[in-house]
Formats: sequence, structure tokens, C-alpha cells
Amino acid sequence: MTCCGGNIAADGAVGVSASADFSRAEELLHAGRERNDGTVEYVFSAPDIHCGACISSIERAIRPMHGVAYVRVNLSLRRVTVHLDPAVTGPIEVAGALAALGFPARPVDLGDLDELERKRRDSELLKSLAVAGFASANIMLLSVSVWSGAEGATRDLFHLISALIAIPAVFYAGRVFFRSAWGALRNGRVNMDVPISLAISLATGMSLFEALTGGDKTYFEAATMLLFFLLIGRYLDQRMRERVRTAVVQLSRLSAKGANVLTGDGEMRYLPLDEIEPGMTVRVFAGERLPVDGTVENGLSDVDRSLVTGESLPVTAEAGTALEAGAMNLTGVLDIEVTNTADKSFLAEVRAMMEAAENGRGAYVRAADRAARLYAPFVHSLAAIAFVAWMVITGGDWHTSLYIAIALLIITCPCALGLAVPVVHVIGATRLFENGILMKDGAALERLAEADEAVFDKTGTLTTGTPTVIGCAIERPSDIAIARALAASSGHPASRALLTHLDAGATARGTDIAEHPGLGVEGAFSGGRARLGRRAWVAEIAEDMSDSDRSGGLAFAVEGGPLLAVELGEHVRDGAAAAIEALHNAGIGTRIVSGDAAAQVARLADRLGVTEWHADQSPADKIARIEALRAEGKKVLFVGDGINDAPALAAGHVSMAPASGSDVGRTAADFVFTRDSLEAVTAARGIALRAQALVKQNFGLAFAYNVIAVPIAMAGMVTPLVAAIAMSASSIVVVLNSMRLTRGDPAPAANRPARSALAVGTGSMEAAE
Amino acid sequence: MTLLTVLIPIALFLGLLGLGAFIWSLNSGQYEDLDGAAARILEDDED
Repeated sequence: MTCCGGNIAADGAVGVSASADFSRAEELLHAGRERNDGTVEYVFSAPDIHCGACISSIERAIRPMHGVAYVRVNLSLRRVTVHLDPAVTGPIEVAGALAALGFPARPVDLGDLDELERKRRDSELLKSLAVAGFASANIMLLSVSVWSGAEGATRDLFHLISALIAIPAVFYAGRVFFRSAWGALRNGRVNMDVPISLAISLATGMSLFEALTGGDKTYFEAATMLLFFLLIGRYLDQRMRERVRTAVVQLSRLSAKGANVLTGDGEMRYLPLDEIEPGMTVRVFAGERLPVDGTVENGLSDVDRSLVTGESLPVTAEAGTALEAGAMNLTGVLDIEVTNTADKSFLAEVRAMMEAAENGRGAYVRAADRAARLYAPFVHSLAAIAFVAWMVITGGDWHTSLYIAIALLIITCPCALGLAVPVVHVIGATRLFENGILMKDGAALERLAEADEAVFDKTGTLTTGTPTVIGCAIERPSDIAIARALAASSGHPASRALLTHLDAGATARGTDIAEHPGLGVEGAFSGGRARLGRRAWVAEIAEDMSDSDRSGGLAFAVEGGPLLAVELGEHVRDGAAAAIEALHNAGIGTRIVSGDAAAQVARLADRLGVTEWHADQSPADKIARIEALRAEGKKVLFVGDGINDAPALAAGHVSMAPASGSDVGRTAADFVFTRDSLEAVTAARGIALRAQALVKQNFGLAFAYNVIAVPIAMAGMVTPLVAAIAMSASSIVVVLNSMRLTRGDPAPAANRPARSALAVGTGSMEAAE
Repeated sequence: MTLLTVLIPIALFLGLLGLGAFIWSLNSGQYEDLDGAAARILEDDED
């Protein structure tokens, strides 16, 4: 196979397992980036890489492959970079070799400019940090000599050398702050970077004037040291976000960026999503998600729409059924007539709603910027007062007056404030990470601490999204053996639940076991034909119809035997009851907003002790609920997983999604929890509250520092030495205080239940099989 | 004073050398896989 991007889909055999390979092959060909030496660079993400041995086994296996010019494994990012000669080897072979080694890999799209941009910014911060560190250390060396008594020409020389180091360093390392401050001012706002930029540039400018005119006090070391401290905070913050982003990307599934389109002559061809037009027919195999919205043209299958609409039970799809992009085809092959292009699909609609909802949240102001709004005018007017006062006292000595005013600005520069928030957030993120929770943004921690109303989605959030068996009439060992054999041959969630339920005992050997989409599984055994599936279908071969008063549900029967009912329920997520109880105890109202039917929602709400619930909610309804709560002055924490929850996740004051949820849901949420238990909600809230308390303490410390520093500066008693000691001391105190977040238990773990198998019935369950 | 005219340039030069080395190592991608670097040093048969 060459790298010419031909019609690979048509070359291969048509089959369920082959279809995934078609998609992968085409996707791979678009993922490379051409290099100057004629080779093509591909980057694969292989989440299973985890140790040093993985590195050597991959590199040793890939390097000798023909046409491979370069291969390197990145253990931190779990990625493999290869440079290939496109004429010799295609990326498919490499992906195949990786999979054969036990590292299923997915191409990372290198066309992603976002990624390059982010990398550039990351190393820019690190370089700025290095430059600021170099400058402050060297200037400090010179300054210490001046403070120890260097005088006359030596002092002037030292000042000039300091100027020579400091001015380029401030220009280079201060860009981050100047840019952000300018951006804020241009929009008529004030953020923390405004007073910082002002203090740094004034300190540098005044010191330059002093150095050139042979003055005795310069503040070069203060300016560069400030930059150094602040850049440490910035860099840690950036690193935290980058790590979380990588983790979230790794969660995204192997979702196809295209679909298998049936052409007029019955052939199948793989097309990228943006080339698929309404009217085309797309074939979707069992186990695949629908790439676009469409109507079933041909075929019969069960479709799991739980991520799309929140319905907990699979629905039967037959000719004429309309389905949304993102629904999972479970059992049969479906030919779907495309009704909408990808950019007008249900998913795209959801994205648009998400963006609209996010704009509403844009009004949130981070604690640090709120502090800056009070802080900046306060210190700036103090400096003005100091200038005027000293003009009066000294009788018009503008040099001394200006010097004192600027010294005041330098010493009150919110160095500690600039560190107070990022350090707490970074430590908070680390604590959350230990608890299996990923935080997208530091501000989310502030918003979570403020939340006073919790709204939960049901399917996939309060429940696990997979059914569980709560009642089973299959009791005879021979029946159990046959039922196990039938269930094992089907991928339907109901079959898997039954298999888990009947985990002990033998498995019978049968012949002709076949899955009938929309109906169930049938097979021939020594005792006769047996069926597992839709009740009415199973009843056709059963003898005893003793409980025929119920119509729905899963059933099992051996030919001529009694009809044995299996009752399915939803599996309540671990820790759901504990989390809701903990929220109630903390005085936070809870409610359930679900896209599922009222009966299911009511049963679960009753079980968990939630009094307010709403069923049959569309994505727009969910947003409306949240808006209504917001209008009442509530700050809503929304927890949800599905595609239909994504707009609500974006609209909530703060939001959480389980890692098992939809890609779009995870993207919209502020927090993603990777462990099964819903106690992640209370754990995260515990950490957020502690972080919030520490941020407030840090602000208090910074305030106390200013109470002492401002009078000294106003009195004109600040020397560069005093400024250097005061500023570093306040920064260190704030950082040490923030470190306290690493200690202590985030949440009361005492009443954590051991894998509870709480379950609620769902009554008449229209499950197939 | 004459000693200073020698020592200060030397101190600055060494500092700049360190800074330059750091920026070079950053640009050449040596900080991109810190976990991998820790594991690779234990490999004995680098070919």
C-alpha cells in the first residue's frame, strides 16, 4: 500500500472488523507533516506506553522497519514520533506494528496549529524565566557590593552594568505582563498585570535615570527579582493547564473523522466528514457511532442513544427511524440516509448552544483580577498623594518627591498577590489529580467553591449508563449454562449485564447461535432451540406463559420450556448516594434534570432522596432550567456526561463530567473525574473550599504586608535593600502558606461504601434480545 | 578596582554561558520528555 491517498476503502474486503481499518487508514494519511528532508513526520498517541521498557521495545521494533528514518518515544506525553519515507512505508504499517506490540496508537493531527502555538508559548515562558533568573542573580551580586559600601566610580560602574543587564532582560522577560496589561487597558479593564507592569517599568526607568546621573539608589534588582518570582507562578500555572489538556485529549476515543459512504453501484468508499452531503447513504457497522444525522434506509439494529439524549434504554432502529450523530449502533448493520451535513448536525447544534452559553459565563472575574480592581486605584492614588505631600514638604523638590512616589509603587507591587492565586491553584490541581479529577482552569476552583445548587444529569452521571440485572428467574443450572452461551455471543448491554449477573457456572455448547437485531439471540442446544431477548419474540417458542400479563422486558426460554423473565435496572454510580447526602448536609440543594422518561427519573430521584426532578428535558430545556436558577441568584454546579448535557455544562456556573462521558461533554466541563465514584464531586468541592480559604488568607497576608510597607515608603525610608528584603519575604510567606493545601484530607472518606450495587428497577424495559 | 575589570566580565560571561546553554537545551527539545530521559539512562544497549 502506498501513501498516495487512493481509494483504500474499496480495496479491502467488506466486513465489520475491516471497516475500522478503512477509517484508520484514511485518517492516518491526512495526519502527517512533510519535513524539509523529504520524509513525512507522523506523531502517534499511544496511551499504553508507561515505562522505560516500553520505550526500548517500541524503538527497537520500529527502527529497523524499511523506510523509517527516525523514531522516538516520548514517555511523558505517551507519544511516538516517526519520520517516514513516503515512497517506501506508510503510516498504516507503523500503526499496525505498534498495535502488534500491544500499543494501540492513534495519529495526532500535526495540522493542529493550536498545538504548535501552545508549545511556542510554553517555551517562551520558560526562556523568560531563565533570563529573569540570570539577570536578577547577577544584578543582585552587583547590588550587594553597592549595599556593602561601594562608592564613587565603582558604584556608578556597577549601576551602569546593572542597567546593561536589566534593561534587555526586563524587555524580554516582561513581555508576558506588558502584553496582558496592555490588552486589559485597551478594553478599559484593570487586571493584576497592570500594577505589575507599571511598577516594573517605573522601577527600571527611574533606576536608569539614577544610574546615568550618578545617583546612589537603583532598583534594578527589585525589578528583575519581581519578574523572576512572578514568572515562576505563571509557568507553574501554564504547566498545570498543559498537563490537564494532554490528559483530556488522551481520554477522547478513537472517533472517526469520516464515514463509509455507499456509492450508487453498491461499493463502499471512505470519505472525510466534511465531504459528506445530505442524500448520501452511509453504512454504520455494529459497535460504531453514527458520524452524521440521518434516517435509517435499510437494516435493523438496536441503538444506544444514552450519550445523545440521556435515554437509558437502547431503542430499536428500523427503516424510517431518525437518528442523531453520536448514537451508538449496537447489534446490526445500518444503512443511513444522511439528512444533514456534519456542520449542521445535532452535534454542531449542540456546539453552537455551548458557545452561546459560554459567553454568558465570560462575565466571571477571577479573584485575582477582582483584587486588582480594588488594589490598583488604591496604590496609585497613594503614590499620587505621596508625591504631592513630598512636594509640599520639600518645597518643590520634584526629584525627591517623584523618587518616593515610585519607591512606593515598587514596594507595593503585588508580587505576593500575583503569586497568591496561581500557587494555590497549581497545588489544588495536583491534589485533584491525585483524586482522579482533572481541572481545566484555576478559575474553575474559585467558581466551584461558590456553587450553592447542584444539578445532576441522570443517565451516565448518577447511573453508570450500563444496565444491571435486578431480578432473574433463570435458576436451573442447565438453563443458566444456555443463557450464558447466548449472552456471551452478543455485545448488547443487556446481554453483558446478564453475563455479569450469571458469573458462576458452566457455559453450554450450542450451534447456530445468531443475533437477530432488534429481537435477541437464538441458538440450538442439546435441549432444543433457545432464545434470549425481547419478551414477545421469546414467548413464540415458550410453553408456559404464566406471567404473560407483562409485555416488556428481557426474557429467556428453551423451546417448550417456561418463559423466564429477567428484570433490568440502572446501575447507580458508586458514591452517588453519599455525594448527594454530603451536598444536602452542606446546605446545597440538589436536583435531577434528565432527558429520560419520567418513570425512570422518579425512581432514581426517590432512591437518592432528591426531591426536585425534571424528565424529558431537551438540551435547550436544561439550559433554561439553569438560567432560571441563575435568575434566582443561585450559582449552579452542573454534573453531566452526554452530548445533550454539553450546553448545560457550559452554561452552569461550574461543571463536572465523568471521563466515561461524551467527548463534547468533557470538553465543555470544568472538571473531569476519571474514577467511577461520584464522590469526586464532594472531594473536588472540599479541595475548592480549602483553596478558596487559602487564597483569602494570602490576600490577607498581602494586605498586612502593605499596611507595614506603605507607611515606610510614604515616610521616604525605603531603600533598595529594604525593598528587596520586603518583597522576597512577602512572596515566600505567601508560597509557604499555599503549600498548606498539600496537607489534610480533601473529603471525609469515612463513609465511602464498598462497591455498592444499588439498583433501581425500570419497570417495563423494551430491551431487545 | 583593576581586579574588578577582569572579574566582572568573567562573572557575566559565565552567567551568560549558563543562560545560553539552558536556552540551547530548551530549543533542542531536551525538556520535552523528562520521564523518558529518566528511563532511557537505564538502557544499556543503545544502538
